[in-house]
Amino acid sequence: MVTTTSRERSRAQGRVRWELLVGLVRKDLKVKYQGSVLGFLWSLANPLLLLVVYTFVFQVVLKSGIPQFGFYLLSGLLVWNMFAGAVGTSTAAVVGNSGLVKKVRFPLSVLPLSQVGFALVHFVLQLFVLLVVMAVTGNTEFAGPNLLLAVPAIAVALLFTVAVSFLVAGLNVRYRDTQHVVEVVLMAGFWINPIVYSVSLVKTELGDLYWAYFLNPMAGVVCAMQRAIYAQNPTLPGGSTVLAADGYAFYLEKLGIGALVSAAVLALGLWLYHRLSADFAEEL
Amino acid sequence: MGGEIAIRARGVGKSFRGTGRATSLKERILRMGHGTAEPFEALRDVNLEIAAGQTIGLIGHNGSGKSTLLKILTGILRPTTGTVEVNGRVSSLLELGAGFNGELSGRDNIYLNASLLGLSRKETDGLFDSIVEFSELEEFIDNPVKHYSSGMYVRLGFAVAVHVDPDILLVDEVLAVGDEAFARKCLDKIAEFQREGRTILFVTHSLSLVDEICDRGVVLDHGRVVFDGDPQFATGTLRALLGTAEDTVGPVEEPEPGLEFGPITIGDVPGRERGEFTGGDPVGIRVGMSVSPAMAPTVGGVVVVVMGAGDYPVWVMDAERDQLPTEPGDWTLDFAVAACPPLHGAFQVAVRVDDRNGTAIGVERSAQTFWVRSGQESGLLAVPYEVDTEVTAAARPGPAPVQVGTGTKAGRGAG
Repeated sequence: MVTTTSRERSRAQGRVRWELLVGLVRKDLKVKYQGSVLGFLWSLANPLLLLVVYTFVFQVVLKSGIPQFGFYLLSGLLVWNMFAGAVGTSTAAVVGNSGLVKKVRFPLSVLPLSQVGFALVHFVLQLFVLLVVMAVTGNTEFAGPNLLLAVPAIAVALLFTVAVSFLVAGLNVRYRDTQHVVEVVLMAGFWINPIVYSVSLVKTELGDLYWAYFLNPMAGVVCAMQRAIYAQNPTLPGGSTVLAADGYAFYLEKLGIGALVSAAVLALGLWLYHRLSADFAEEL
Repeated sequence: MGGEIAIRARGVGKSFRGTGRATSLKERILRMGHGTAEPFEALRDVNLEIAAGQTIGLIGHNGSGKSTLLKILTGILRPTTGTVEVNGRVSSLLELGAGFNGELSGRDNIYLNASLLGLSRKETDGLFDSIVEFSELEEFIDNPVKHYSSGMYVRLGFAVAVHVDPDILLVDEVLAVGDEAFARKCLDKIAEFQREGRTILFVTHSLSLVDEICDRGVVLDHGRVVFDGDPQFATGTLRALLGTAEDTVGPVEEPEPGLEFGPITIGDVPGRERGEFTGGDPVGIRVGMSVSPAMAPTVGGVVVVVMGAGDYPVWVMDAERDQLPTEPGDWTLDFAVAACPPLHGAFQVAVRVDDRNGTAIGVERSAQTFWVRSGQESGLLAVPYEVDTEVTAAARPGPAPVQVGTGTKAGRGAG
């Protein structure tokens, strides 16, 4: 004989709770910025540094010809950084919390999820700072209906980030090779996505296979973020335009494809994570 | 007992892969084709049913599988075979520091830990002062826990574990850390939990503690439950296993040259191993020994002692000289018991070989422990009995209570 309350109480303990997630993200933020004077401001240092370096390389040395290159770069870079940051830390999320995994029973799904939350907090703040800087310097192209495109773009980015995070977090427990593979793939991903160059170059190169490029959900996300924030579409010296398209239909379609791919990866990631998580404590 | 089941483990077994599995693709490829290492069986066929409100001491020697069992019941490890059902909120304190983050302050760790164990922030707010007070860490609560001593770690961990309103508390050998005063406090808290009807399962090496506060003792030996019942019997069984009990069959030492013991097996028929019996089952004990030509004429008798908790001899069987072989070689002696007595507990067998004067020339103890269950919940023997009650004098008015003889429970022994 078992009362429903006690059964309910034991089940509630295994559930992912919003409060627990928030608590873990806060913990990570606290640990990361503990003892540093500038604290959270450091999270702005990394994109700022990239901005300086890439602007020099692509604007001055390689003369890519994209006007306002800094804003173009950051439009796509920030969302990519969220993805890469979350996936990178998620890889070590289970292995790095072995003390917890081996001693406390808690919903293990919060480990990669809290890493995504951590990256999301940084992303939102960096994006906010970017918009403020753009507004202050008089680049107000983003203010308009185009900014709404950022909503589905970020949604797809989050979906894909969560999906890949579960996948790598689980795999890395069984195969520590995962962290090295992830490192390389993320590095390649930065260059594969049209962050520092215009997607029109890809279109010319790929021709008929251009559609396949968007099977990578982040490509659609980066393009859509550029449309939403950079929001201008000047013509490049070669005759092509900076952005992929002017309207919204193109982006929504690519985001749709990205969402489908993400959902498939998420199904795989969750399945794998749950399958492997039963033995996490043993494998660590 | 309360009737509600807090924990039910059925046929739980756990084996760990021998040398660990391949943790990289390279290793996995290299190991292809080679047989995997022999797995280590930490638990075998553990059946445990714990009613809500029981306090159970889980004891056993080092490596007997206590901590593994606790981790499986907590839900941290997955059993290789069998099922575990847990009803109620579980709070566990496994090893030092139950997953604290060294960089964070005691305060933050309390919130984090409580949150992991299933409490909301608001609930933790309400409990915070009480947790700090219990842990006696008021002065240090805002210091990072990496600067805490091991005693402080345990105090904080225990304080959180008992404050999250658990239905089931699982504690692994932590009362040994920390000072006397805190250990006392923990025991008081455990007593309070007992009164409140919570279920407590703890692993300990302190046998006196089991005697003192548990209402049930479970002894593990090499991953098997070898005793489950009365705590006094449990501690006796463990002492027997550890060899720390006084020996009633004489010290186990090297037999005299010329005499060598083979395996001693306990089964339903001699030679076929079996670990569990019910009163009434046939029991066969087979003793193997090899005897040299010089020794053969000297052997005067072989005594088989079936021992219960604390090496108490339960029954003794002997083979006289005229029943033993005369020629040297490998002897096999079979002792067949038609019906096992209605006992309850774990038993071992000791074999003593005497010379013609009755002096021991060799003593051996069975590696195998066997279980007998005959239906009674505790007590060594199931005895059929009846209870008759009667009022001998009419109740007189006044404060004196009426004397009524009451029986507890009808005997369920098979007789």
